[in-house]
Amino acid sequence: MKGIRTPEQEVARFRGRLAVAGAVALVCFGLLAARFFYLQVIRYDYYSTRAEDNRISLVPIVPNRGLIMDRNGTVLARNYSAYTLEITPSKVADLEATIEALSALVDIQPKDRKRLKKLMDESKSFESLPIRNRLSDEEVARFTAQRYRFPGVELKARLFRDYPMGRFGSHIVGYIGRINDRDLERIEDSDDTANYRGTDHIGKAGLEKSYERELHGATGFEEVEVDSGGRAVRALRRTPATPGNNLVLTLDLKLQEVVEKAFGNRRGALVAIEPGTGGVLALVSVPTFDPNLFVDGIAPQDWDELNNSPDHPMVNRALNGAYPPGSTFKPFMALAALMSGKRTPGQAISDPGYFDFGGHHFRDDKVGGHGYVDMYRSIVHSCDTYYYRLANDMGIDLIAQIMGEFGFGSKTGIDIEGESSGILPSPEWKKRRFKKPEQQKWFGGETISIGIGQGYNAYTMLQLAHATATVAAGGVMFKPHLVKYIENASDGSRRMIEPQPIKTIPIKPEHIETIRRSMVGVNREGTGARAFAGAPYVSAGKTGTAQVYSLKGAKYSSRITERLRDHALFIAFAPADKPTIAMAVLVENGGFGAESAAPIARAVLDYYLLGKLPAGIAPEDPGAEGNSGDGAGE
Amino acid sequence: MAPVSDFRFDPRKWLVGILSPLDGPLTLIVLAIVGFSTVVMVSASPERLDTLALNVGVAFAVMWIAASVPPQRMMTVALPLYVLGVLLLIGVALFGDVSKGARRWLNIGVARIQPSELMKIAMPLMLAWYFQSREGLIRGRDFLIAAALLLLPVGLIAKQPDLGTAILVAAAGFYVLFFAGLTWRLILPVVVVGVVGIGAIVAMGDTICQRDVEWPGLRDYQKHRVCTLLDPTSDPLGKGFHIIQSTIAMGSGGIFGKGWGKGTQTHLDFLPERHTDFIFAVLTEEFGLAGALLLVVLYILLIFRGLFIAAGAPTLFSRLLAGALTLIFFTYAFVNMGMVSGILPVVGVPLPFVSYGGTALVTLCLGVGMLMSIQRHRRRVGT
Repeated sequence: MKGIRTPEQEVARFRGRLAVAGAVALVCFGLLAARFFYLQVIRYDYYSTRAEDNRISLVPIVPNRGLIMDRNGTVLARNYSAYTLEITPSKVADLEATIEALSALVDIQPKDRKRLKKLMDESKSFESLPIRNRLSDEEVARFTAQRYRFPGVELKARLFRDYPMGRFGSHIVGYIGRINDRDLERIEDSDDTANYRGTDHIGKAGLEKSYERELHGATGFEEVEVDSGGRAVRALRRTPATPGNNLVLTLDLKLQEVVEKAFGNRRGALVAIEPGTGGVLALVSVPTFDPNLFVDGIAPQDWDELNNSPDHPMVNRALNGAYPPGSTFKPFMALAALMSGKRTPGQAISDPGYFDFGGHHFRDDKVGGHGYVDMYRSIVHSCDTYYYRLANDMGIDLIAQIMGEFGFGSKTGIDIEGESSGILPSPEWKKRRFKKPEQQKWFGGETISIGIGQGYNAYTMLQLAHATATVAAGGVMFKPHLVKYIENASDGSRRMIEPQPIKTIPIKPEHIETIRRSMVGVNREGTGARAFAGAPYVSAGKTGTAQVYSLKGAKYSSRITERLRDHALFIAFAPADKPTIAMAVLVENGGFGAESAAPIARAVLDYYLLGKLPAGIAPEDPGAEGNSGDGAGE
Repeated sequence: MAPVSDFRFDPRKWLVGILSPLDGPLTLIVLAIVGFSTVVMVSASPERLDTLALNVGVAFAVMWIAASVPPQRMMTVALPLYVLGVLLLIGVALFGDVSKGARRWLNIGVARIQPSELMKIAMPLMLAWYFQSREGLIRGRDFLIAAALLLLPVGLIAKQPDLGTAILVAAAGFYVLFFAGLTWRLILPVVVVGVVGIGAIVAMGDTICQRDVEWPGLRDYQKHRVCTLLDPTSDPLGKGFHIIQSTIAMGSGGIFGKGWGKGTQTHLDFLPERHTDFIFAVLTEEFGLAGALLLVVLYILLIFRGLFIAAGAPTLFSRLLAGALTLIFFTYAFVNMGMVSGILPVVGVPLPFVSYGGTALVTLCLGVGMLMSIQRHRRRVGT
């Protein structure tokens, strides 16, 4: 800058700059005025014609949403055309009176009114909102005759989404719902605004959400001549919409149905995977819900019912629920022991029925112990003491490292949202999880119960099935996926979702063989033998019981409420020598895995391998009562 | 104070007392613009008149309060307000809510606030205060410091990303630097580069708007907006829709417009955002070139009254503040009318005192109130 000036000079310069600013402002406004003159005087004729032509309006043509089918072609989601009565609140003077008058012509339930109220809260007043869906032909005729009485009310022919299988597979398929502000932002973010002009529904959950891009299709448009009132007079030109692609799933809906029926009214989850591809054959979370309720805005009453149910039907237990794996963890522990050289198959212990560590008495399920126990017997009879000792010998870091290899504690990357990563306990995890320094320390005693799948262990059934499938495939890990191929709805061409091997865990074939043989032993002479008695195929399995509530050595009695009972688990793959299916089952509060979870696995294998459908509904909750100690083994 | 027994309620006196903080010409100009806005709003969006009345009420109250606060008082809040604004912006960057792909809102429990709005006023206040505190000693170093004070919040806002607001805040700060005497040797080259750059973009629009060309430093949606401006027909259903429809509305309005409530573009739903950023299109469609020029004249009156107040302001602080505030009104008006008539890219800048929207109206009236205060206190300060 130049030297210091006197205040008078300062003011003079300031006023000079004000003059410059004023001049620039005038020039800019002059530019604008010139632009206005250009548009409104010189080009008036052109724009005036364009405005007239704008009587030619671009009307979006909403594409047909793609279908969702299972591997056998059973349709899970489809569209049908029907009439809906829509009301634009801002164009109606007295909403109540209008609805009252409408109800004389078409049937309007209190439920419909409540839903409209809810939609009005969620949307802008100039949007048209449905007051009644799926009008009968008679109702359409009655309304059309008296339409002049109802300005702001319109009859629209629209495609509706329908889920013909209702509750079956609803957690996988998900549902669509009306586009709300959040969806709108997402659409704007991905620059899809143009493609969603005219669309008022979008995938909200499950495959409907994760494959929204494929299912939606490309919006077409039609140039329509409108009169001065905005009504269409005739169509001029048409760019047809491209329908959305169809999804064909790896899922076998019949199998899904077998499982959901086998659960009866119990709560739980099951995931079945094809080991060689990662294709998901069944992914069950019960109880389920009817996705059809959501399509046009769920009625508040239905929503409360679903949301407040103690059974939480909206939660996808298979993906989102993390449970201790209990003794189903043992085969993986044994494999980890072999891989790290901490055990050989023949190395045996003599089990006294307990393991003492740091003054704490870790008990085995069987009072007096299992006696002579090698690796085979430790899996077949689910001996806790063997694994207490093994966990102690391996140490938590080694356990966490090898279990991490099998995908425990991390998301599998399945193609629908809502997956939880579970908890793979380790000293690092504890440090992250807890805030206070005294809680962050890892204690040696905590490692002991990790060995039998208790303690901080918590995994999803998807992770457990994924790890089982990886073992069944000899260590080759495939990314689990639900969609087999995406089909172009117009020309039928297919885009396969190729099986993606994530990695191959280096395991010696003889180690896999030891585990396989032991798990076959479980179903032949061990804890799974009763459920698999007389099966014409050779299957490998492992039972598990996950503690919900520590009884401290007390016995189960009717006083222990059902919700505090142990969770029953079972993992399996079959045929044992060349597995085509691997799975994990969980029955919440089902008691022993052998009693409530294993029979469901049997039903799955009977259907999948033999095509045998169960005669009736699976047995009721057996109401497991029996012994369970701190260890909760089998 | 007079004894209580002498007190007699005189409505005339009382009214004069109430109105005394307000500046006559400014009040009349703003009332005229708001009145025009209401007339347009009756046509564009009648269901919003209730809220409009409420917004105007609140904004005028804010204006009155601001007009009653003497400039010395404003100086004391300049620094705290600026620091608060920057802290809130950092808060937004760290914990803000994401809306439409940008992190602009901060949830403070009771309400969601947009700190960048506060910065539009806090920025000129802060810089004017800074130069005042250095009065008589101002040298090059002070401009560097002021530029740093300016770039910190502008950078935070641009990162949200909110280019429109960043430009407005940057402009507000730049105006203070300009009036404080920033050398022409720095200003002119920037202007030249800017003009040449814009010329280049217009000339090479076809090449640089190819799908796979990335623009350094700009987001995809920003590139999209500029490219749509160059060729609106490239995206008739999406981003270009706004510009195409608003120029049609404008052009078809002709000299005297189609008449109040008779705009086909407006009433057949061709015009998007017709009550907010694109309300000028409604105005010009229904009132034609005459209406547009009337509004431009009102803005020119507003700006010249503001510049006049700045010229008569007694202290450096009030001079800089008054000058900068006035040019902010100019920037709002120019950018908005420019984008609606298709010569500037679409950025979210409202038409001052006309677009529907409470926050912007309150901010603008706060600025007018501050101008009024400077005008009223012109003789009492700095003597």
